Amino acid sequence: MDIYLLEAIINGVLLGGVLALLALGLNLIFGVIDVVWIAYADLVMCGMYLVYWLYAVLGLPLALAFAASIVFVAVLGVLVHLLIIAPILDSASINQLLATGGLLFFLQSFATLLFSTEFRNIGVRLPIISFAGIYISTARLLAFAMALVGAVALYSFLKRSFIGTAIRAIAQDRDIVGLMGVDQRTIYLVTSAIGGALAGLAACLLALQYDVHPFIGNTFGPLIFMICVLGGLGNMLGGFVAAFIISQIIAVGGYFSSTELSYVIAFASFIALMFVRPRGVFAR
Amino acid sequence: MLSLAAVSAGYGSFRALFNVSLEVPHGQAVGVIGPNGAGKTTLLRLISGLVPLDSGDIRFEGHPVGALSAHRLVERGIAHVPENRRLFPRLTVEDNLRIGAFIPPARRHFAEQLERIYQLFPRLKDRRKQFAGTLSGGEQQMCAIGRALMSRPKLLLMDEPSAGLAPLVVEQVFDLVRRIRAEGLTVLIVEQNVQQVLDVVDHAYLLEVGSIRLSGTSAELKGNDFIRKSYMGL
Repeated sequence: MDIYLLEAIINGVLLGGVLALLALGLNLIFGVIDVVWIAYADLVMCGMYLVYWLYAVLGLPLALAFAASIVFVAVLGVLVHLLIIAPILDSASINQLLATGGLLFFLQSFATLLFSTEFRNIGVRLPIISFAGIYISTARLLAFAMALVGAVALYSFLKRSFIGTAIRAIAQDRDIVGLMGVDQRTIYLVTSAIGGALAGLAACLLALQYDVHPFIGNTFGPLIFMICVLGGLGNMLGGFVAAFIISQIIAVGGYFSSTELSYVIAFASFIALMFVRPRGVFAR
Repeated sequence: MLSLAAVSAGYGSFRALFNVSLEVPHGQAVGVIGPNGAGKTTLLRLISGLVPLDSGDIRFEGHPVGALSAHRLVERGIAHVPENRRLFPRLTVEDNLRIGAFIPPARRHFAEQLERIYQLFPRLKDRRKQFAGTLSGGEQQMCAIGRALMSRPKLLLMDEPSAGLAPLVVEQVFDLVRRIRAEGLTVLIVEQNVQQVLDVVDHAYLLEVGSIRLSGTSAELKGNDFIRKSYMGL
């Protein structure tokens, strides 16, 4: 096989890890709270700016900046729920979409105000590994590994803990969980915090690879929504797998054409798949 | 243990219960019988906090509980086996039981309580890794009762436990109610299966269009002409 094709495939897998992490977060929130956070990718942007500010401006250790980003975006997630979602939880879902859509513009404008539209980089240069003529960036490898760790941690939390079991249960029968002694509001807050923490982790991993600017969310946001819909909204496993399908289409499509065209191919395949499986490729 | 005094409740502007008073003494089994749409399910949903109280007073162990939300009532010791069982179909049997033990005091005794439930229902142990949605009707009812018992309640509310089950399984369910009672648990059971429920309970109330029409010991109700004619087909 062509060595550049192989490299493209590997890069596709590595890109898929971070996208899968974000798809997990968005699907978790949708499955449990039944809302779509339109501004999800912009929470990632906030985390990336915090990493940049703590590490590149204030000179704190990178690990500390990463930990702070995860906690910070988790808190942002809780605030999004408390301030934006909770007051309109029972209103029509279009209102929730509009409200979180409004948050997207707010966050992008606020970031522009604070940091201007300049592209900023945290300036960490990780080495490129070369193996049998294939070049792989350590940053991507690390991002992929950390994304998998995050996914496994989420899985075991949902599978083994009482709160995790309640989170899975509430997605199946919202009305009855109160009879189990579960306070819905607590579960919603925990879910929002986890969704935020996943975005915070993704922010760390993306900050290693990309410049941060106020509109970086627009690069990933549409991709993540497409992945979630392709996997079946709310279906966490479906979204996880769909992330790798889409990233593979982008990477391999980019090999055969160009990077720009590869996104066109990805979205076109998405539309085509939606005609065949309107409820998502992995719909039950 | 549980007492309702002149309670009214409903959904929005629709009133389902009028001026209902009822007593469930400690350690007893009490039945509420009545036709479809009489308000039996609403009564249980009211007690466990799923339906708001419009007027009247609900007391549990002497304390007013009418304003508490559902999850608080579980913490007080009321468990509810809902109508149609309402298991989480795509959780395993064991996960359904685990969520029954969600409140912190129950979490601490999770392992031993799980063992107790598996002793009570060996079938559930065989099927513990299966999705609850794949169980038979009788097994689902066992799982729903087991899930309610996982919170280690003082009072168990049961909504039509025999509904939709084969006669032999109905027999098993009522046997189980006897055993649960024998262990000292207080039970309030709502049923359309009048004949069999009167064999199990100490005391019963007849609920019709949202009001208590009759009440008495199960022996009295079994001998009551109106009940015999209208509900037992005798």
